[in-house]
Amino acid sequence: MTTNTLDASDLRDRVQALASGAGIRHWDLGAACSDDCSVQVDRGDAKQMKAAQRSSITVRVWNSDGLVGITSTTDLTDAGLTRALEGAYQASAFGNPDDVPQFSPLATAPLPNQERPLMPRQGILTLLKDLRSAEAELLSRHPAIETVPYNGLAESLSTNLYINSDGALRSIERTQASLYLYARAEESGRKPRSSGAIRMALGSQDLDIQGCIDEAVERTVSHLAYQPIETGTYRVCFTPEAFLSLIGAFSSIFNARAVLDGVSLSSRESLGQQLAVPFLSLEDDGLHPDHISASPFDGEGTPTQKLSLIESGFLRNFLHSEATARAFGVKPTGHAGLGAKVSVGPDWFVVGTTPGRSSGLGLDHNLETDTFVLIEDLSALHAGVKSTQGSFSLPFDGWLVKDGERISVEAATVAGDIRSLLTSILHLEATQEVTHRGVSPHVWVEALSITGEA
Amino acid sequence: MTESFSQAWSSTLQALLRRGSGAGANLVEVFLEHTDHLGLLAEQERITSVNPTFARGAGIRVFHNGRDGFVSTNDLSVEGLTRALDQALAMLDLEANMLADHSRFEGLGVFKDYGLEKAQWLQQCPSMRDASSRLLEGTSQLERLGHNLQVRRGSYSRDWQEVLVAASDGTFARDIRLHQSTGLSVLAADGEHRSSVGRRYGSTDRPNDLFTWNVENSAAEVCESAGTMLRADYVEAGQMPVVLANRFGGVIFHEACGHLLETTQIERGTTPFADRVGELIAHPSVTAIDEGLSSGAFGSLSIDDEGMEPLRTVLIKDGVLKCFISDRAGELRTGHQRTGSGRRQSHAFAAASRMRNTYIDAGEHKPEDLIASVERGLYCKSMGGGSVGPTGQFNFSVEEGYLIENGNLTRPVKGATLIGDAKEVMPRISMCADDLDLAAGYCGSVSGSIFVTVGQPHIKVDSITVGGR
Repeated sequence: MTTNTLDASDLRDRVQALASGAGIRHWDLGAACSDDCSVQVDRGDAKQMKAAQRSSITVRVWNSDGLVGITSTTDLTDAGLTRALEGAYQASAFGNPDDVPQFSPLATAPLPNQERPLMPRQGILTLLKDLRSAEAELLSRHPAIETVPYNGLAESLSTNLYINSDGALRSIERTQASLYLYARAEESGRKPRSSGAIRMALGSQDLDIQGCIDEAVERTVSHLAYQPIETGTYRVCFTPEAFLSLIGAFSSIFNARAVLDGVSLSSRESLGQQLAVPFLSLEDDGLHPDHISASPFDGEGTPTQKLSLIESGFLRNFLHSEATARAFGVKPTGHAGLGAKVSVGPDWFVVGTTPGRSSGLGLDHNLETDTFVLIEDLSALHAGVKSTQGSFSLPFDGWLVKDGERISVEAATVAGDIRSLLTSILHLEATQEVTHRGVSPHVWVEALSITGEA
Repeated sequence: MTESFSQAWSSTLQALLRRGSGAGANLVEVFLEHTDHLGLLAEQERITSVNPTFARGAGIRVFHNGRDGFVSTNDLSVEGLTRALDQALAMLDLEANMLADHSRFEGLGVFKDYGLEKAQWLQQCPSMRDASSRLLEGTSQLERLGHNLQVRRGSYSRDWQEVLVAASDGTFARDIRLHQSTGLSVLAADGEHRSSVGRRYGSTDRPNDLFTWNVENSAAEVCESAGTMLRADYVEAGQMPVVLANRFGGVIFHEACGHLLETTQIERGTTPFADRVGELIAHPSVTAIDEGLSSGAFGSLSIDDEGMEPLRTVLIKDGVLKCFISDRAGELRTGHQRTGSGRRQSHAFAAASRMRNTYIDAGEHKPEDLIASVERGLYCKSMGGGSVGPTGQFNFSVEEGYLIENGNLTRPVKGATLIGDAKEVMPRISMCADDLDLAAGYCGSVSGSIFVTVGQPHIKVDSITVGGR
């Protein structure tokens, strides 16, 4: 097994020497390296086995006018670093004087403690054995399941660095593993159906393989008996996964960069205004113990933190980089990338009921007898979400639930407006579920347009 | 500037291929890559982002008894490449043994250098300053021509790539590729009304393309669309006939059928067309082609990422399925001959059978004939992205739509998503116009994001599900 590593001190010293030689006094960088391997199988055979050793660096430099330029490369030799510094210096001539990023004032602040042990990697042949076994069990569980066309088992070891010329040096080493199983089932004379499950863990030996198989089987089989749904307006319940993917697609609502750029539904004045029903709260918690990819610092070296975004229905905070925080007169929140124009993004959404508040309803997707549509998963968010307009029109997998009986929906779309949706939430169920996207309960919404083929 | 790949790599590559073959591999392939990327963004009157990136790497793939192992690395030293090869061999229970019989590897063939005449392309591309000026000209034109514009953006992307492909079947070829793309987009807002519209243009192998770009026409098109859609109503949902415009309308064939004609889908068992070559799978008015040859088109290439020259592949002729899009693994595992379609985003991906320039061929009707034939339906003038799932269910969004009432275009409508099943929709493409045109796009799939062209003339689909409100 290979181990691809980055020596943070060595990299800092080399860049410092090369920058000094080029007359560059103010610089920072983000670097990453990883060692990954993954397997896919097809009806017992190894379909593809992959491994990768990746290294990359992004360097920013400030020129004598205080403007910033950037260059990225995978070439970490001295020649590559020299070229990157020269490229960044050249690009700095085009830096935006209206929006100059600086070092984060928190780039040397203490980091939060993360108890994330590095888990031993098992190697590709063990992964192959485990995935073969998982596929075989999945195929044996129901006669209609003929293939598992999308499957994969992967493990990785990665290192991420942030270094700047003022002495900041951040480093994090992580291990991560993932498993996905998407089965395809077909019954005679009927259309094929597909569904699946995903699991993540710090190490491949910790993956809940059995749980992933069980969930993939249950989901796939539950869609075999399908019917077209009539077009109309329905009461809707989103599974935690579906709700998190929808709110994630509209995360520009909480993004200070998007606010400053004029492409968010929010404005500076939105803070403190009601965005959702009073019993809804939303946090971004990049340090959540179930967030497998958690990092203690962002692309600018700012410590990661838990941040309240919606509290009792009111918009409380935006996600910030150093530059956007400066523009808003607040501290960076640890949500930045690294760039000439620094991007901002969420880490790990946690949706829940505001303490002390209640919807007053007792809706439960397992017990409700009135008709509703249970949306399990949303597709094509890249195409069907208009985040600057607030609208969405998305294909989904799910069920029409009538008198407690679930009938899989053949093919349908759900459409609406995110602002209307957030203010028409009927109820959040009590149980918060951990998914690979974040944490959320089942979320009930008053009425959404569903288009079907009936 | 990175040193170019040349025939001087021959001895290193031969040693690697001999090592892999000697270990018992059926085939060993080495893909080496240098890239040089420049991305620029203009917002309003400022350049707000300049992102140069350069990279290098290798992807080594070993086939053995129908299986394959793939390793990618950024380390192009002999030691790094040998380590990667040994790792790929070990995945297949093979072990390098220099004492073994090397007879299966007969040496590299004649070096084919497709990059010779392209050596100066990178230097001929617009400088940062030239590209910045053009983008600012674009955002300025948007300001001049648009109304209620809250955000004006222009973007430019230049992807230069040098590849060297060598395989134990003798393949030995080098190429240089150049893809450039420019785009303009706006967000228009007036009270609660909002519209966001963007257009992107792309070309291959034309270093001076940015200088010939008609900025004013592009800006006018974007502004007109944004103005029209600003107060558009949401489309009423239901089943209805649809007329799709040419150019990017071709995304329907790309998503609904094109992906299902890639041999990777046969390998996965996810295409309904696997055993239907020679059968009618579409309306007899449909002839569909995938090729990598159209001059300047975004999906064109001199060789694919497995070193093969691209073929013109007739996928469907008069509704009858003729051929699949195939790569090396596809030929090995499904028997469909390679079509020069083995493609990958970078060295970090193993090549897979992927579309290039894919389009429905021109028919005999006039576009207005198609609209006139619809009593009540939807005209899709501009399309957004889409996707297809493992059961052949596809979807794509409509950026700019109009109602068709009594054979005429009437009100603009927004928020439409078209969904359907490939097997059911292809026979419903009943009319094709004579105005075939192509549009550049990006396609993300098993071997990463690649440059493609979609295209079609105006076409009519007799009935499809239109998702809306």
